[in-house]
Amino acid sequence: MSVKTMNVQEIAKRVVNKEDLFVLDVRNEDAFEDWKMEGDNFEYLNVPYFDLIEGIEPIQDKVPTDRDVAVVCAKGGSSEFVAEQLVEAGFDNVYSVEGGMKAWSEHLEPIKIADLKEGGELYQFVRLGKGCLSYMVISDGEAATIDAVRMADVFINFAEEKGAKITHAFDTHLHADHISGGREIAEKTGATYWLPPKDATEVQFDYKPLEDGEDVQIGSSKISVQALYSPGHTIGSTSFIVDDQYLMSGDILFVDSIGRPDLAGLAEDWVGDLRETLYKRYKDLSDELVVLPAHYMTNDEINEDGSVGKKLGELYQENHGLNVEDEQEFRRMVTENLPPQPNAYQEIRETNMGKISPETEKKREMEIGPNRCAVK
Amino acid sequence: MTNINADHVLDAKGLACPMPIVKTRKEIDNVEPGKVLLIEATDQGSKADLKAWAERSGHQYLGTVEEGDVLKHYVRKASEGESGEETSYDQKVNNDDLKQKLDSGDVTVLDVRESAEYAFGHIPNAISIPFGELEDRASELKQDDEIYVVCRTGNRSDMAAQLLREKGFNKVYNVVPGMSEWDGDVESK
Repeated sequence: MSVKTMNVQEIAKRVVNKEDLFVLDVRNEDAFEDWKMEGDNFEYLNVPYFDLIEGIEPIQDKVPTDRDVAVVCAKGGSSEFVAEQLVEAGFDNVYSVEGGMKAWSEHLEPIKIADLKEGGELYQFVRLGKGCLSYMVISDGEAATIDAVRMADVFINFAEEKGAKITHAFDTHLHADHISGGREIAEKTGATYWLPPKDATEVQFDYKPLEDGEDVQIGSSKISVQALYSPGHTIGSTSFIVDDQYLMSGDILFVDSIGRPDLAGLAEDWVGDLRETLYKRYKDLSDELVVLPAHYMTNDEINEDGSVGKKLGELYQENHGLNVEDEQEFRRMVTENLPPQPNAYQEIRETNMGKISPETEKKREMEIGPNRCAVK
Repeated sequence: MTNINADHVLDAKGLACPMPIVKTRKEIDNVEPGKVLLIEATDQGSKADLKAWAERSGHQYLGTVEEGDVLKHYVRKASEGESGEETSYDQKVNNDDLKQKLDSGDVTVLDVRESAEYAFGHIPNAISIPFGELEDRASELKQDDEIYVVCRTGNRSDMAAQLLREKGFNKVYNVVPGMSEWDGDVESK
């Protein structure tokens, strides 16, 4: 008997449109608790597949018959195994999620943020499964990526479809929660890979140092990517102002939270920089800039069109992390009671420095789980 | 850690989830209660899943050894009545008593669990003779020594202590409950 499948694009659509879905997650409980497909109107049942080897009786009465049920596991094998049994038991509303959480974690949803003033385009790539946000500026047959995630080919192919060639790959900082695709994009396309030099003291490959005030033109038009030194999450963290309208804030400032300064083990040293960046450097910028961060934490931060971003002026009114007047209190907030550190963050940092080169399968495993780069 | 004995081997190499666990579920029926099944798998996810499956189905997950790409999982099949307190041998001590004895000097600890259980963690210097082999190997022990017998829960060690008494050992003590709640030093081999 064949099992109907649902792909991760369909799931992504339901997350963005806030549609409902019954998710039967058959991974073991620890994995589910740590990380799942998040949708505002999703309902969940978690029963590990190995409890269903003898049959689906334990869940037969708990699975609805009147709406779509998506069965998901780590890679798609066990969900098919369970879905098959449900179909045999007469359920015709059951789908196995193709590729499982692995595919979910790697899925990127490209969303157009804007047409730029001189004829370029700006795209945001939303990695729903992990809350990562990457960007592409396209202008006149040239493209630049900012904080591109590991799936380099997605960016390369996307640029190609738009008739553009990637010439610059920027990273706002040395990432600790996911593996950067910047270096691979540069290797495959000949693009220049830019990193803030203060984050790159230990990297094992060639890169172009990104200095404060650097202004890179994309295409022959006047789309500029302007670097703004903004340390705090890391000592080198650098933001970008694109087309005088958009502020790519990396992991310094998010829509509903701020960056954490501890992932390189130097929270005490960097907290002052973080404060300086958020309460002085950013404050001097125009309130009209749209902040486009490298992460989001919850679906509440997703706008109606599926994008994530908000005007800087609004963030100064609404974001708690920008409104802690007392410096000591701020210091406590970002150095104490921090959320757990991201899965394998040390290995991820070493990979991004080129110190280790794990196989693709290993890289996937390192990235499993939610990102945890923020303090709220 | 090499050459851990298993009574059955299941080759699940190259199989993707859920097959390693599905096959283990079938194979465990062919294993005698108390005996050890070795599952060789290459699916990285099999470790967490097998451990969770064993725990909820009452079997004992012993541990996993990685050899190159192969994960070797050791599971001991549940054995009825093993968790019970039905010990009948009269000379008993508890875990704390044994810890004090170990601190105070030379004592002989006899571990009668399966060798795979022993391999994944035992009291330093404990002698390993699985209960099933004790009948033939009792002569390896000295009758004059104070011998403290441990297993996982105190049940196999109870039977072992009785067997040793029949063979003329008098200074034999059953350690209850044993390794399941042991919080002293442990080494693995």
